[in-house]
Amino acid sequence: MNIIKLHPIVGSFAENKDKARDIRLNTILPILEKGGSAVLDFENIDSITQSFAHALLSDLIRNYGIDVLDRVIFSNCNETTKRIIETVVDYMQ
Amino acid sequence: MKIHLPNSSFLGNINSFLKSIDISKEDVLEITSNEKWISVHPVIVCLVASLGLEVRQRSKLSNPIICQKFTAASKHYFERIGLFKFLGLDSEMRINSHESAGRFIPLTQISESMKLTKFIEDMVPLLHLDPKNVKPIKYIISELVRNVLEHSQSINGAVVCAQYYSKSNTIRIGIVDSGVGITKTIRKSHIAHTDLDAIQLALTPGITGTTSKEGGTEYNAGAGLFFIKSIAKINRDFFIIYSGNTLYKLLREKDGKIIHLFSNPLDDKHSKDITMPIWNGTVVGVDINLNETEEFTSLLDQIRNIYTNSVRERKKDKYKKPKFI
Repeated sequence: MNIIKLHPIVGSFAENKDKARDIRLNTILPILEKGGSAVLDFENIDSITQSFAHALLSDLIRNYGIDVLDRVIFSNCNETTKRIIETVVDYMQ
Repeated sequence: MKIHLPNSSFLGNINSFLKSIDISKEDVLEITSNEKWISVHPVIVCLVASLGLEVRQRSKLSNPIICQKFTAASKHYFERIGLFKFLGLDSEMRINSHESAGRFIPLTQISESMKLTKFIEDMVPLLHLDPKNVKPIKYIISELVRNVLEHSQSINGAVVCAQYYSKSNTIRIGIVDSGVGITKTIRKSHIAHTDLDAIQLALTPGITGTTSKEGGTEYNAGAGLFFIKSIAKINRDFFIIYSGNTLYKLLREKDGKIIHLFSNPLDDKHSKDITMPIWNGTVVGVDINLNETEEFTSLLDQIRNIYTNSVRERKKDKYKKPKFI
């Protein structure tokens, strides 16, 4: 498992979609392409926007199918973050 | 152009102010104001500031902004919130720096992504709010300004300000741009005959100007405005969006009435006016009553259900089966 700590990259309010896209393209995708799994660690993140979660996750689901969620795991999410991730995962299915 | 700042104008009664804007003579901006008292929603302050930026850039005159001296007792508010500085005018008001600054976010121009991130970090302490009330405010400002940066093509980016009103325990937020407007953006991927059609589409979950595909692209989901309208609706607050000749206003729901979210904004309790002076860009104003603020997580649950169902229904409508003969 490759742990990706998001707080040092995006701060406590994860809203910057450019950063989300960078994380997806430059960190998550290379791991998945090698057949690996990634843990997205939301420790110390208070809140995220739907736009951030969409830029981070939607294309992974679109390209790899919903089973990508067996290889992309979320840790240390508070309730707000969980709800927003669930929203994106819901509408992408 | 001529603008008169009235005695009192907030989202509930903003129509008459917007109708009074004179958009002729694009190279001059004349500002007058009520002589006794001026109390206006921050979206109006943003709108005046945005027009000022436009006129300064467009006009060849050395003094394209003519501002009648403010005499109202509340005139210092406009100095504090940064309107005169924004317009490049000397108000001749001197504010003592030791005076309480109040709970507001001064006028700020945001034209790039990293500046938005910094702005959000810096603005929260200015409002002195309970942390549970901060989440929806940060959310709204981030999503609305990102919309401007991504879609408006405005060289000036977004003009933002906000104010906390202790009497009503409400945060009022304004975000204005002078870009291409919603209709031009939506028409890149959808059919919109009128500005109202375009606003209706922009507020519909899963529709974005960047693609005709349901659910958007890898970068845009077409959810931002729907989320914000929904936050306002669930909290029984006003929300306005004005672009081209059209003003759409989400009206407040009555206390005690069960709130239902709709994917079609015209199904919400609203008013619309398609005879406004043409605004080249987009104006958004929203109120957040902190007494009514529902837990952000429960609010997100409600929004998620309607968003997901709406996108699924439309996907189903477009789904085609093979024809076997």
